Amino acid sequence: MLSVSQLTCQRGERVLFRDLSFALPAGQWLQVAGANGAGKTSLLRILAGLSEPVSGQVTWNGQGLREDREAFHADLLYLGHQGALKEELTPLENLTLSLGMEGFPPDEARVTEALHRFGLQGREMLPSRYLSAGQRRRVLLSRLLLRPAPLWILDEPFTALDVHAVATLCQLIENHLAAGGSAILTSHQTFSLPPGLSVTL
Amino acid sequence: MSGLLTPFRQAVRRDLLLAARHKTEVITALFFFVIVVNLLPLGIGPDADLLRKIAPGALWIGALLATLLGLQRLFAPDHQDGTLEQMALSPQSFTLLIAGKIMAHWLVSGLPVVLIAPLLGVQFDLPARSLGILTLSLLLGTPILSLIGAVGAALTLGVRGSGVLLSLLILPLYIPALIFGAGAVEADLAGLGFEGHLSLLGALLLACTVFAPWVSTVALRVALE
Repeated sequence: MLSVSQLTCQRGERVLFRDLSFALPAGQWLQVAGANGAGKTSLLRILAGLSEPVSGQVTWNGQGLREDREAFHADLLYLGHQGALKEELTPLENLTLSLGMEGFPPDEARVTEALHRFGLQGREMLPSRYLSAGQRRRVLLSRLLLRPAPLWILDEPFTALDVHAVATLCQLIENHLAAGGSAILTSHQTFSLPPGLSVTL
Repeated sequence: MSGLLTPFRQAVRRDLLLAARHKTEVITALFFFVIVVNLLPLGIGPDADLLRKIAPGALWIGALLATLLGLQRLFAPDHQDGTLEQMALSPQSFTLLIAGKIMAHWLVSGLPVVLIAPLLGVQFDLPARSLGILTLSLLLGTPILSLIGAVGAALTLGVRGSGVLLSLLILPLYIPALIFGAGAVEADLAGLGFEGHLSLLGALLLACTVFAPWVSTVALRVALE
């Protein structure tokens, strides 16, 4: 369970949000809503432990994020705005290398299967710079199939995706929740997921 | 043990693969080194005694500048496309991943310099023994350049005009390596023995190996905030 208490975030002089508190139990998902620049990405980065809040605390299963960083990171899958895709590498290389760096066996057959699931047949060996924005997103989302993690933090996962890929992703999130995982996401698109929690900034 | 080193190996593998896709960058640094070192004998003229005297310094300064060339791109592209973020969030040790990146930087920019140095030393009329010592000093010294350089690259990440700032920050820190590295050959020619200089260089390398990846990691975490 992820719990957040009295979180305040400040960017420069501007206070983005103040005294934000919520809890996300296992098997639930949370949508972070708010206008552009409301601080959604800032909140997600704090929840992932990438940046420090001005005040307040985030705990994962009762432990502060920085107390046991590596244990928390083992439970976390974070997909940011930019997704760490190297343009000069193929989707297959990108994914196997990122799996390897996270300490998982870089199994090419599994990676290929995940790419196929996201409709990238025939693109596995193409340098990523030739992929469209939507296809790049799909490559990144393939990580959800490859790396087990109870907590997903997804920043605008639906951006640039077509209807079919949105449905695939929703299905994945549903399965993840049914298996006792939890997810936090931001989105301006409409998508269909079972009712979840929401926080508006 | 192999489990502990996996992230290190993976990071090295990844950066080497990327370097293989960017061959021009690798070759540019090496050619830069060759040209800078070649310009000196051309500019100074065929005075063999003088050339022999300046050879160690010339090669070492060439190595410093060639290392500096690739340093700006050590973290910047990974920072831009979010790879660094993913590394920081990896369940594996971030420090080991960064150590892997530094190792790859040395393999790509330092090692070729070490390998070609004896060849360039010949045109300075260096005797074989001095050439050997010079190459040994570069072999011990170029990893120091990459390690210290990584700290500078991490500290200046995301800063505007970081290229110039990086040089200003790093070049003074290279002075000890330069003094002991280039000094080894002169000490040997003067009959003082080169072992002292190389031992100090080795000690410096050891200290940098322990501290530089860790300090870089701390600086990178700040840059990622």
